[in-house]
Amino acid sequence: MSASTHGGTAGSVLVDYDDAVRRYDPVIGIEVHVELGTATKMFDAAPTEFGADPNTQVTPVSLGLPGALPVLNRTAVESAIKIGLALNCQIAELCRFARKNYFYPDVPKNFQTSQYDEPIAFDGYLDVELADGTVVRVEIERAHMEEDAGKNTHVGGATGRIHGAEYSLVDYNRAGIPLVEIVTRPITGMGDRAPEVARAYVQTLRDIFRGLGVSEARMERGNVRADVNLSLRPTPDAPLGTRTETKNVNSFRSVERAVRYEISRQAGVLDAGGTVIQETRHWHEDTGVTTSGRVKSDAEDYRYFPEPDLVPVAPSRAWVEEIRATLPEAPVARRRRLQTEWGYADAEMRDVVNAGAIELIEATVAAGAAPAAARKWWMGELARTANTEGVELADLPVTPEQIGQLQGLVDSGRINDKLARQVLAGVLAGEGSPEEVVTARGLEVVSDDGALLAAVDDALAAQPDVADKIRGGNLGPVGAIIGAVMKATRGQADAARVRELVLERVGQG
Amino acid sequence: MSTINRDEVARLAGLARIDLTQDELTRLAGELDVIVESVARVSEIATPDVPATSHPLPLTNVYRDDVPEEPLPVADALAGAPSAEGGRFAVPQILEED
Amino acid sequence: MAGRHLAGEDATGAATGSTGDLTRMSAAALAEALAAGTLTSVEVTQAHLDRIDAVEGSLHAFLHVAHDEALATARDVDARRAAGEPLHALAGVPIAVKDVVVTKGMPTTAGSRILEGWVPPYDATLVERLRAAGMPILGKTNMDEFAMGSSTEHSAYGNTHNPWDLDRIPGGSGGGSAAAVGGFEAPLAIGTDTGGSIRQPAAVTGTVGVKPTYGGVSRYGLIALASSLDQAGPVTRTVLDSALLHEVIGGHDRRDSTSLPEPVGPLVESALRGRTGDLTGVRVGVVTELNGEGYQPGVRARFDESLDVLRGAGAEIVEVSCPHFEYALAAYYLILPSEASSNLAKFDGMRFGLRVEPTDGPVTAERVMAATRGQGFGDEVKRRIILGTYALSAGYYDAYYGSAQKVRTLVQRDFTAAFERADVLVSPTAPTTAFRLGEKLDDPMAMYLNDVATIPANLAGVPGMSLPNGLSDDGLPVGFQILAPARADERLYRVGAALEALLEAQWGGPLLDRAPELPTSAAAATTTAAEGSVR
Repeated sequence: MSASTHGGTAGSVLVDYDDAVRRYDPVIGIEVHVELGTATKMFDAAPTEFGADPNTQVTPVSLGLPGALPVLNRTAVESAIKIGLALNCQIAELCRFARKNYFYPDVPKNFQTSQYDEPIAFDGYLDVELADGTVVRVEIERAHMEEDAGKNTHVGGATGRIHGAEYSLVDYNRAGIPLVEIVTRPITGMGDRAPEVARAYVQTLRDIFRGLGVSEARMERGNVRADVNLSLRPTPDAPLGTRTETKNVNSFRSVERAVRYEISRQAGVLDAGGTVIQETRHWHEDTGVTTSGRVKSDAEDYRYFPEPDLVPVAPSRAWVEEIRATLPEAPVARRRRLQTEWGYADAEMRDVVNAGAIELIEATVAAGAAPAAARKWWMGELARTANTEGVELADLPVTPEQIGQLQGLVDSGRINDKLARQVLAGVLAGEGSPEEVVTARGLEVVSDDGALLAAVDDALAAQPDVADKIRGGNLGPVGAIIGAVMKATRGQADAARVRELVLERVGQG
Repeated sequence: MSTINRDEVARLAGLARIDLTQDELTRLAGELDVIVESVARVSEIATPDVPATSHPLPLTNVYRDDVPEEPLPVADALAGAPSAEGGRFAVPQILEED
Repeated sequence: MAGRHLAGEDATGAATGSTGDLTRMSAAALAEALAAGTLTSVEVTQAHLDRIDAVEGSLHAFLHVAHDEALATARDVDARRAAGEPLHALAGVPIAVKDVVVTKGMPTTAGSRILEGWVPPYDATLVERLRAAGMPILGKTNMDEFAMGSSTEHSAYGNTHNPWDLDRIPGGSGGGSAAAVGGFEAPLAIGTDTGGSIRQPAAVTGTVGVKPTYGGVSRYGLIALASSLDQAGPVTRTVLDSALLHEVIGGHDRRDSTSLPEPVGPLVESALRGRTGDLTGVRVGVVTELNGEGYQPGVRARFDESLDVLRGAGAEIVEVSCPHFEYALAAYYLILPSEASSNLAKFDGMRFGLRVEPTDGPVTAERVMAATRGQGFGDEVKRRIILGTYALSAGYYDAYYGSAQKVRTLVQRDFTAAFERADVLVSPTAPTTAFRLGEKLDDPMAMYLNDVATIPANLAGVPGMSLPNGLSDDGLPVGFQILAPARADERLYRVGAALEALLEAQWGGPLLDRAPELPTSAAAATTTAAEGSVR
């Protein structure tokens, strides 16, 4: 890539999105790579700890040293089959790995071990729900296993040791991490909703990976990476146009934005009478544009051939069925079931889904909270906190079990809502469980009548004129006494009970 | 069917990332043409009904349990490197995009 | 295995024979003497190191001699034996290892400039097994670069010479291992065989070489040439010694996905049984297609005589046809370069080995890789990488690599049919005796034709052995090849040991006793080494 090819829209202008989708039919295709959460690499017993020091998670196999040989990770195969089944795919009766030959310093063997014409899973679909509840079926062409590459860090020229030139440092910790690549068939007929469909598809896949337990699926760590193919055609019955492939779009929002941008850009190229170049493009998160990368040409010749160092994978039907029996239900079906069980309105459920709070609420309900209360916590106080701190709900330092306990304290009357928020603050501050925070901070509702009566008597004695008025039947100033009692008990009294005691004490009860 | 000329050898050398001299290009074109002509006879008997054999013995489903082993000490990993820095392999500037 | 009488009278005779030299003893005889306490491993190992020092200048069989490590292992084994520890049958018997096998802490070059100075951080599985058996490693033997060749002339580090005639090639690619064993520098050696690189050098040096069933010996730590063809195996002076070594290095390895799951068969038992010389009921198939044109008259004559010997031992000789073998060479020279072009991609100057910067223009990773490979690889390696790149490239795959894989199926079917009629198949190992150094260096196709009889076994994964069966009219040794069905390696040992016993009875001793004495002076060493580097 050189600077001169950066201006992808040279000679044309971006077309207004609404205008573009009125005059062109967008067709999308999405390739998602997910890093499996196995303890070891795809073909190698090297550990896969995230964030380890460079080149400390490598063996002769992951370094591609002469003589080293691959042996396939059974758990990775099982995860790939799980993903295939969750995407309603056929599972191959026999499939092989192939070598994809290309030279690149972060690919230690200078070939990637992948699957070429024999993927482990193929011919599936995924139902994806959009924000308004519309369900779109995305057809899956294939899901196959492969290995990740290492990481290059570019170093500037000034401090370079290689003749003072610019150079790169390579860490092979990531080399060999198991990947499953999921490829859709062309997604057509989405019109102006194409960007939204792309986003919802990737989001649904993320939910599936988590639900299956095959990956932590953290976008920000690059566990899930999307490549978005897009082409335009004048009408839905025209042949497919030339597509671009926008690489490494690594957040849900970016998926949507990248598709939108490419629609506007390609419409501009076509409007100007130009032709879209088949190429790889790069997404720039900061500026929200794609720029030209490498032009795909016939020179790209990967010389695939069956990997002789690995034997074919022939998962028995018994194993496949065993795995199928362990699968959780599909996300759309599950959402519908939970919405009915929880009694949420459509809009409430959508908010929960969009906030990624389904699992959290489900676990909170399982911990004993009423569904309405669980939603109130996660979508209210906690959503505000997460938003303020710029983190995901799931990353807050509180567990659904703790929210369940917290709500249990409210339900039993030991704390009120106001106290509950203080208890939650304590939990979030790392002071322990709700129970421990209540004890440590002394936040329990004072329900001991003896203690309350003493406070009531003190308040009445301190304001004799007010006490007289109440005794005289004027209940208007009773609030002043209650306020004094609440203040004296630092808000831990039950106000209704205080009122009863005040009236009892002055003979009006 | 074989027509391996110097241009073709140059294209292949590019794919294989090997610098060849002009003399080598010329010599290899001649040698490879002879060799390819000789080995091309495999297609005489490779009819569509014959399955391909990629592995000499028919093993399947050879797996490893997902249990980590001790990785190489980083010093060993880098010991053979032509250049290294900060625990990483130092390589010349990478121009082409992945 | 301990307690089995391996060497017998012959070996005892050799031990006390004309030279009285420890280096003339078989591994079986050395093992017995070590177990009996009449020899120490230090004595045995030192004797071989002395022999290496004396004749290496003539042979140049080694790329690295590990004096100190070998003696350290020998001392350790002697101490453990003295302490009464139970030891492996071959404990204390030294061995040479082909330089294509990685050895932790010991330089490994695969005969290539591109790996000059590389010291692997790990051991090949078979090396781990040699170490676990307490076998001192004498050093690393010379070979054609990345095992590509049939003469060892393609080594980046100079020729190895044939102990029978120093002007001739020792075979290849494992010429170093064959010359080391044939020249009495080592009683045992490890070779690797992708298309005949154990068997053909054995044939032209009068030694025994075995290519086990594919998957029978772990490939973990073998620098791969063609992954679906490569197999490591023993290089020795007797069939029994091969069986002993094969049992050490064979058997399942979890680090090699293509490793056979079963333990190694009763090889030593089969060899001992074969030595009785009785082959009653054994059907020996002569492959028509490996017994036709192109064989030197002396090679044909010795082959026919050996058939008579087998017939005399009670074997039934049948003729079998393998019609697709004539396509095997063509298929092999597509499959091997294709796999090699990919296997050798990792040698790029980024992570290990040689790094060469381009002489002009920008220093980028791409250009450094190309410059490193351009200078680091020799002609034959470049030739085969380019050929393999061609065979795999888009548009040619079906015609070349795809078709070659189909031929492979047909060759396998030929073997299956042949083994229904015969228990083993036999042929001459190589069409000629050792040719002169330089004779075929400029004619790649002529060089490739050397492997015509050995290649079918690699394509089908079946085991094969070469053992000496006499001298041709030129006074040079000839090899006899035995092939068995996959996973029936023990048949090689039974038939091979029988033929060996009967032939040695005719000859009145091992064939190698007739090899000329090698010059041992230091002056000779210097001169020959200098000549050897002229290419």
